[in-house]
Amino acid sequence: MVGRSVPRKEGLDKARGAARYVDDLRFPGMLHGRTIRTTVARGEVTAVHLDFDTRGFAVVDHRDIPGRNVVALIQDDQPFLVEREVRHAEEPLLLLAHEDRETLRAASVRVEYRPGTPVLDPERSSRVFKEIAIEKGDLARGFAEADLVIEGEYRTGRQEHVYIEPNGVIAVPSGDGMTVYGSLQCPFYVHKALVGLLGLPHEKVRVVQTETGGGFGGKEDYPSIIAGHAALLAMRSGRPVKLVYDRLEDMAATTKRHPSIVRHRTGVTRDGRLTAMEIDVLLDGGAYCTLSPVVLSRGCLHATGPYRCDNLRVHGRVVMTNTPPSGAFRGFGAPQTVFAAEVQMDRVAEALGLDPVRLRGRNALRPGDTMATGQVLGEDASALAVLREAVKRSDFHRKRQAWRGTSRGIGLSLFFHGAGFTGSGEVMLASRAALELTPRGARIQVGSTEMGQGTRTTLAQIVAETLGLAVERVEVAEPDTASVPDSGPTVASRTCMVVGGLLKACAAEMKERLGGLSPAAYLKRHGPLRVIRQYEPPPGIAWDDATFRGDAYATYGWGCDVAEVELDPVTYEVRPTRVTAVVEIGRAVNPLMVAGQVEGGTAQGLGYALLEDVVMREGRMANAQLTNYMIPTTLDTPPVDVTILESPCRHGPFGAKGVGEMPMSGPGPAVANAVRHLGLDVRSLPITPEKVLECASSSTESEPTSTRRR
Amino acid sequence: MRFVLNGKRADVDAAPLKRLLDVLREDCGLAGTKEGCGEGECGACTVLVDGAPVNSCLVPFAHVRGRKVTTIEGLRSRLPEALVREGGTQCGICTPGIVMAAAALGPRPSAACVREALAGNLCRCTGYAGIVRALAGRRAAPHPRVRAARGPRPVAPGRPKRTRRS
Repeated sequence: MVGRSVPRKEGLDKARGAARYVDDLRFPGMLHGRTIRTTVARGEVTAVHLDFDTRGFAVVDHRDIPGRNVVALIQDDQPFLVEREVRHAEEPLLLLAHEDRETLRAASVRVEYRPGTPVLDPERSSRVFKEIAIEKGDLARGFAEADLVIEGEYRTGRQEHVYIEPNGVIAVPSGDGMTVYGSLQCPFYVHKALVGLLGLPHEKVRVVQTETGGGFGGKEDYPSIIAGHAALLAMRSGRPVKLVYDRLEDMAATTKRHPSIVRHRTGVTRDGRLTAMEIDVLLDGGAYCTLSPVVLSRGCLHATGPYRCDNLRVHGRVVMTNTPPSGAFRGFGAPQTVFAAEVQMDRVAEALGLDPVRLRGRNALRPGDTMATGQVLGEDASALAVLREAVKRSDFHRKRQAWRGTSRGIGLSLFFHGAGFTGSGEVMLASRAALELTPRGARIQVGSTEMGQGTRTTLAQIVAETLGLAVERVEVAEPDTASVPDSGPTVASRTCMVVGGLLKACAAEMKERLGGLSPAAYLKRHGPLRVIRQYEPPPGIAWDDATFRGDAYATYGWGCDVAEVELDPVTYEVRPTRVTAVVEIGRAVNPLMVAGQVEGGTAQGLGYALLEDVVMREGRMANAQLTNYMIPTTLDTPPVDVTILESPCRHGPFGAKGVGEMPMSGPGPAVANAVRHLGLDVRSLPITPEKVLECASSSTESEPTSTRRR
Repeated sequence: MRFVLNGKRADVDAAPLKRLLDVLREDCGLAGTKEGCGEGECGACTVLVDGAPVNSCLVPFAHVRGRKVTTIEGLRSRLPEALVREGGTQCGICTPGIVMAAAALGPRPSAACVREALAGNLCRCTGYAGIVRALAGRRAAPHPRVRAARGPRPVAPGRPKRTRRS
């Protein structure tokens, strides 16, 4: 079963329109909910006027909260509903519900404010959510050894997830408890948030994930807020309440990828050996802390790129601004810092007059090398393997030579991605997974969710292979907090590797207990059988959160992208014509699902590189519509040639590592380096026609950015 | 108001300016047609009106009086199987719309034709690769390869035929 492209378990239901998403569900007596939001980026609410006939409405504000008015996550700083202080222009203030959607939509609410002066520029923010420093060797000595020092500043903008199904939940009150059905990634996150908000005991709150139409990190933490709002309205009205966002509200109010400013100072010898890397990372966290500290740490841990350097310092900060909170988005800080690292590498190569492949090959991390945190890499460190394969497969050198001086460009990026939670995260999660014997085979019980990435199918394959059963005989239970153990959030490219690993252990134990009996025979003779396993860190893995030393991740995936582009000389549009994507991910449990992650992640990365531009005005998204926030269509997405390399990792089931996030990191810098090949010095994303035009007209007067030392 | 829904005569009492999307989902109980944006950009709500694909979020109900409306529930097609086989559906929310838009194409369309016809259907998961392979044939888009990172890889039993080595 493992290694086969088994078709997606729920695939036909989805393709025939039979799969049921949250907006497809209805409950008797159900009301529709609506969120009234603030409209100023900073200030205080002084008065709220309900300019409508409130008969038939359920109305909720912060005074109706029975428990704590705080979304429990890393810091308890974000309220479910504004009390007085307004920190951004899309904060939930008041909740309404009514059985008729038109009446609900027509209800008018007027809010008065005492406005304050918002901080919108992260470089001017004095409020730091988290600061991180990673140091290795002696930076001064490293720069002294360098023949050349190259500096650069790189910027990336916000990115919107655009899962095609907007956020939504239905809260159903039941006696003295509450059940929430919703489109979400992490049912136990929502459960924790509801317990605190409603002041209910754990067993009185139940969260059920419905079929989820895409997540990409955008349904990691925000659904806790929506679920809380629907639950408050359901509690107030005593009726089920559906709260489904329309596209505009979803884009304007929910989280985005953190904007970044990354500065590099790189010391290098004349023959291309990196002697010093000084990197400064600044992320804009928005108005509340949410997941920013962990986004920053992943960003900083990937900031050097997959290169060895004995003397380095990475300094990172994530700061507050009066904008809607930034949050989790596939890659989680790495796409920003990898962009900077990889464009910097091409600039270093240019300054040295070296081939970019040769410079990377010279410095790429190899098995046994020591990373920034002191982690020693295992045998599955495949940076060189993916680089060589991508260069050969794409015919990089010939095209690079032949296209010089034409309107075609080719560029590459080399990248890596830590699989699983950062640092001691997996130990603290202490995830649990269970396997239950059924007459036909087994049923998987985990809180890990399917949102398109193939969780159901991949986990079933791991169990089927271990039990020696056909994959059809392995069912996957609905993620329902009342009946499945908490296998941790469905994030961080951890599901296949970590949860799959737990299930493999469950299945191995089950097989032993069966002792050769068929499932039906065992049940008849011995009664029910359920095996449960809890995460234990692999031996020899150690991490210190205080010093940022040790094994930041159990293992890493490796990737290399080659992007080919064509510049339209009239419109200045950069059109990608082909991407060669090579990834090393341990073992492909299901090659079709892995390829789907690479193909889809690459398309998202191309959108990030070229199209996706969140325009902010006075702290609000000015283009919160798919009409003017553009994601790639069929015509914007070129053929993506995927090669999956396997180098089994000893920590994952059947050697598997994580894959979901990594493909997001490569396209940004590969495209920027292809545009660089056209002679255009672009150092920020997205590379819009306006930016290319600006670059083309100023390229003749650009100042030198490298300084010769000897 | 009378119209033909999935080959059968239908008479539905709904406001003439109500979106066809809402009439189908709420008044006719056909939830296979999805709403992704409500502004005619994403194509998740694609249905056929007299055989032509339209975004049902932009069509007022009155517009389909006396016409033939086909939704995913009423379509007889092998496209869903092909999409599943080639990895053309992941989260699945866009897939009914993709199937409807593709149903309006003739048999064995070229890759360019598929890309043109589906330019109004957004998919955020697949990068369209599996969709193009499913609709225009396996050779229409690059097929993923699996190889050992170093040294020869032991041959696994039951490896799919499509895995090429070069």
